[in-house]
Amino acid sequence: MSKRHPFVLAMAGFGYAILYIPILIMIIYSFNSSKLVTVWAGWSTKWYGELLSNGQLAQAAWISLTVAFWAATIGIIFGTMIGYALARFRRFKGKLLLNGMSTAPIVMPEVVTGLSLLLLFISMESLIGWPAGRGLTTVIIAHATFCMAFVAVVVQGRLSDFDVSIEEAAMDLGARQPYIFFTITLPIIMPAIIAGWLLAFTLSFDDLVIASFVSGPGSSTLPIVIFSKVRLGVTPEINALATIIVAVVAVGVIAANWLALRSEAPKQTDESE
Amino acid sequence: MGFGSIKRYLVIIPPLMWLGLFFLIPFFVVLQVSLSDPALTRPPYTAIFTWDSWFPSGYIGDFENYAFLWSDSLYWRSYANSLKIAAVGSFICLLIGYPIAYVIARANSRTRNTLLLLVILPFWTSSLLRVYALIGMYSPNGFINSSLSFFGIIDTPLQLMQTDFAVYSGIVITYLPLMILPLYSALEKLNDDLIEASSDLGAYPLATFWRVTLPLSISGIIAGSLLVFIPSVGEFVIPALLGGPDQLMIGKTLWTEFFNNRDWPVASSVAMIMLAFLVIPMMFLRNTQGLKE
Repeated sequence: MSKRHPFVLAMAGFGYAILYIPILIMIIYSFNSSKLVTVWAGWSTKWYGELLSNGQLAQAAWISLTVAFWAATIGIIFGTMIGYALARFRRFKGKLLLNGMSTAPIVMPEVVTGLSLLLLFISMESLIGWPAGRGLTTVIIAHATFCMAFVAVVVQGRLSDFDVSIEEAAMDLGARQPYIFFTITLPIIMPAIIAGWLLAFTLSFDDLVIASFVSGPGSSTLPIVIFSKVRLGVTPEINALATIIVAVVAVGVIAANWLALRSEAPKQTDESE
Repeated sequence: MGFGSIKRYLVIIPPLMWLGLFFLIPFFVVLQVSLSDPALTRPPYTAIFTWDSWFPSGYIGDFENYAFLWSDSLYWRSYANSLKIAAVGSFICLLIGYPIAYVIARANSRTRNTLLLLVILPFWTSSLLRVYALIGMYSPNGFINSSLSFFGIIDTPLQLMQTDFAVYSGIVITYLPLMILPLYSALEKLNDDLIEASSDLGAYPLATFWRVTLPLSISGIIAGSLLVFIPSVGEFVIPALLGGPDQLMIGKTLWTEFFNNRDWPVASSVAMIMLAFLVIPMMFLRNTQGLKE
C-alpha cells in the first residue's frame, strides 16, 4: 500500500529529472547549428567537426588520458597492496597509520590536497632537485595518491566478502603464500581490481582542482582547458565534447553493469554460508 | 594469515612510504608555510628555521597569518558561508534523495537494478561537465529563461546564475548520488515485515514513516549527509562557476589567495583552518559505514 505511494513516486521522478534534464538539454544543444546558445537553428553536427580540428582540446585530452592511465595503474598496484594488508594481515606495526592514510585522501578537500602536494613538490625540488618543475609526473603522482585510496576501499571490501577457507585449503595443501596470492586470491578479486581501475581512471580524468595546482605550463589536462573556456560562458564545442564524454561513460557503465549481472548468476551457487 | 613477517612488510612498506611522502608529509609542509611570511622570492615565502649547515639553529616562524585571518572578516564570512551552504545543501540532497532511495529499495530486483544504474551513471560522468550543464540551464540566455520568454511568461530574464539557488543546484547535481547510495543500502536492509506490522496495528503511512522507516535508516542519513557535507565545504568548482563574485566560499577564497594574490602563506593557513573544521565530520564518517561504497 505505502509501497507505491504516488507522492513518493512523483518525488523520486522529480529527483531523477533534476539529475538528467540539464545533461539532456546540453546534449540537444550540442546538435544546434547556431553559435548562439539561445537560438535553435536546426540540427547539425558541425560542432563535432570543429571539435576534431581543435588542437588544444585534442592535446589536453591526450594528456588527461595518459595521466589517468598511469595514475589508475599505480593506483591499483598500491591500492591492492593496501587493501590486501588491511583485510588479511591481522596485526602489524603501522596498521592504524596505513588505514588512516588510505581513507583520508578520499574525504580531503581537493584544494587542500592540491596545495599541499604543490608545496611538497616545490620543497623537494629545492632540497633534492626532483621533481624538476611541474608536469606530467607531478600530476600522475598526485592522482595516483587518491586513486590508490579508492582502490584500497574497493579491494578491501571484496577481500572481506570472500571465503578465506579457499586460501586456507591451498595453504594446507602446501602451497606457498605468494603462489596462493597469484593463483587464487588475485583471480577472485580481479573484478574488484578492474572496477577500482575504472573508478580511479574516471576520477583522475575528471579532476580539475588538484591538477590545477600541480600541473605545469605544458601539462594542462582536459578539465583545466574546459574550465578556462567554460568560465567565459557556454560554448557549443564544449557541449559537443561533453556529449561525447557522457556517451562513452554511459556505454561503459551500462556494459559493465550488464557483464556484472551476467556473471552474478552462476557465482551465487558456490558461495555457501 | 601465513605471510612471514618480512614478506608482509614487502607488501606494507611501499604503499606506506608512498602515502607518507605524498600525503602525510605535505601537511607538515603546509603547516610550515602557514607559519612563514610572504616574500618576493621563488617560492614566494620565507623560511621558518635558520639553518646551520644541516641542522636548524633557530626558529623564526610566527602566527601572523592566522592573526590576519582572525582580523579580516572576509575569511570568517567565507568559513561561515561554506558551512552554511554545505549544511543546507546536504539537507536539500537528503530531501530529494530520500524518496529516490526509498523507491529503489522497495522496487522489485529488475527495476531496482535499472534505477540504481540511473543514479550511478551521472556519478561516473565528470562533475565539472554536470555543473557546466547547469550554466546552460540558468544563464540569462539559457534554456529556462529562453523558454519562459518564448511562452511570454517573462519579459526580462530571471537572475538564476550567481545566486544561492544556483550554488545549491550545483551541490545537488554533483553530490546527490553520494546521498542516495548510503540511504539506499540502509533502506534495503529494512525489513518489510516491520512496515506491515506497523500498518496492521493501524498506523497511518506517515506515522509508519516517522516512527519506523526514518529511525531505522538513520545510519544511511548520517553517512549520506557527511558524504555530501564534507566535500561541499571545500568546494571550488561550484561557487566559481555558479556563484556570484560576492559568493564567499572557503575553497574559492583559498584558490584566489593562491592563484590570484599569490599569497602562499595565507593560502596555507586557510587550508590548515579548513582541515581543523573538517576533522570532526571526517572522524564521524570513518565511524559510520559511509566509506564502504
